[in-house]
Amino acid sequence: MANGINYPLDFERPLIELEKKIDELKALSASGSVDFTSEISKLEKKAKKLQTEIFSDLSRWQVVQLSRHSSRPYFLDYVQYLFPEFMELAGDRRFGEDPSIVGGFARFDGRTVMLIGHQKGRNTKENMARNFGMPRPEGYRKALRLMEMAERFGKPILTFVDTPGAYPGIGAEERGQAEAIAVNLEVMSRLTVPIIATVIGEGGSGGALAIGVGNRVLMLENSVYSVISPEGCASILFRDATKADKAADALKLTAKDLKGMNVIDELVPEPAGGAHRDHAKAAENLAKVLRKNLAELAQLSGDELIQDRYQKFRALGVFSEGR
Amino acid sequence: MAWFSKKPRIATAPEPIEAPSRMQGLWAKCESCDEIIYRQELEKNLNVCPHCEHHLPWTARARLASLLDPDSFEEFDKELEPQDPLGFSDSKKYKDRLRSTRKALGENDAFISGVGRIEGKPVSIGCFVFEFMGGSMGSVVGEKVTRIFERAHELKCPAIVFSASGGARMQEGIFSLMQMAKTSAAIARFRNVGKPYISVLLHPTTGGVAASFSWLGDIILAEPKALIGFAGPRVIEQTIRQKLPEGFQRSEFLVEHGMIDAIVHRKELRAKLGQLVTLLG
Ligand SMILES: [Zn+2]
Repeated sequence: MANGINYPLDFERPLIELEKKIDELKALSASGSVDFTSEISKLEKKAKKLQTEIFSDLSRWQVVQLSRHSSRPYFLDYVQYLFPEFMELAGDRRFGEDPSIVGGFARFDGRTVMLIGHQKGRNTKENMARNFGMPRPEGYRKALRLMEMAERFGKPILTFVDTPGAYPGIGAEERGQAEAIAVNLEVMSRLTVPIIATVIGEGGSGGALAIGVGNRVLMLENSVYSVISPEGCASILFRDATKADKAADALKLTAKDLKGMNVIDELVPEPAGGAHRDHAKAAENLAKVLRKNLAELAQLSGDELIQDRYQKFRALGVFSEGR
Repeated sequence: MAWFSKKPRIATAPEPIEAPSRMQGLWAKCESCDEIIYRQELEKNLNVCPHCEHHLPWTARARLASLLDPDSFEEFDKELEPQDPLGFSDSKKYKDRLRSTRKALGENDAFISGVGRIEGKPVSIGCFVFEFMGGSMGSVVGEKVTRIFERAHELKCPAIVFSASGGARMQEGIFSLMQMAKTSAAIARFRNVGKPYISVLLHPTTGGVAASFSWLGDIILAEPKALIGFAGPRVIEQTIRQKLPEGFQRSEFLVEHGMIDAIVHRKELRAKLGQLVTLLG
């Protein structure tokens, strides 16, 4: 289970070390010299208990770290597990191709769907290519092109949100980063096909929302969605970027928080220890929830889908009408 | 003058950032050319510096009163009041910050809206109150903006929004973010009416406000030299680790890059809006 986790988080390290020990004992047992069966089962019990202890009471800041875990399944991992015949479609037809957003048609349970997701890199080289999952206007305009195409062909749209935010750079500003995001928000609100947006990791502000206007908004259990990163909030409001943990608490940005405030529709449970510990299981859980929601939305007409989406976002906000 | 030094120096005590600075007293100083201007003269000049044409901040109420036909403005949704959905607290409780800002400015939140007339034609109109927490958009601002488009829909009249905002109101967390989607969806509906939405971008318009309804105008105008963009210049400089070129993200830069329709001097704004409303109304 501990395999493939290259950079464990501090709070999961004791667990991973214990698991390493178990693996070593198993290897020794397998080589036949001594029998460690009882030690192994004892340690496995201990590991399970430790895991429950750690994960039953995560702080918000720990959830933020999990949502950014370098071994966490990314959009293309889910594609591999769940969506056969994925055909990637590139470019915005205006300026360029932005690999920090990936999109294309694929099959889900036999029917054609449009998939669009932010894509982070697993290592430095990939992250350079993917710009750490931070789109430029081209990425948003590609997403727009593909969503409008999906509508043309009557195909449901599944989006996967996982970004620190839209990229703050010179070229991005010159080419209208704000305009690109704004147009997506408007157009997504009036598409006649079902849209399900799932936050699979980091939901970073407007750069996340720009592909997030769905009839359903789902979040993986250890994902976050926020108007600003905890670090950004800490440096502006607390005047100290190291107070990100405090800012995370103040922002109430975890999936559980958002479900509690009725901002999102459904939590997607993660495997014990987090999605990064078992990609296949995480994907299976996601498929179940997507399937259920897609079936519900398939009952609605185009107009009803627009109405449904409109009412959902129209209702968001907390204020009083005085007197 | 001995008594003077003993007195607490009230006049120079730092004011809370929410309160309008610089604009109080008989004299004002131009933030661009440093000239001292008689306040009455400045007001008569729509808060444009008579020496260098710099557009100084102009309050929302003065702007609406001056741009609309005399006495035609009727305020709506004045009673909307912000809440504290997250129980947010930084160096100060959000609730306390709201209370002191509301008291200092006499406004409930960072936006004023209603209906009025331009060249005799009805318009659904609103303007940010930048002095109110940097014109940040929380639930009240988002709701008021949304209602501008709903009202314009109902009245079948043009919608006009003046934006001046640092973006989202962090203290309202995810609710603040979702106002971007809500307001943009309201515009999508309004498009069917066949009346124009004129967005006027003032200094500064950034973040979630820029990246939602502000940039969705059928026609987008800006005041001269306004800072307009998605990311703030400081964030960009920190990210790319270099200094930004002079004039970056200013109105003139945006026209050059095809991102807005025109720059309009404040003195011509009334005429231009009248022209647009008449051409398209
Ligand atoms: Zn001046």
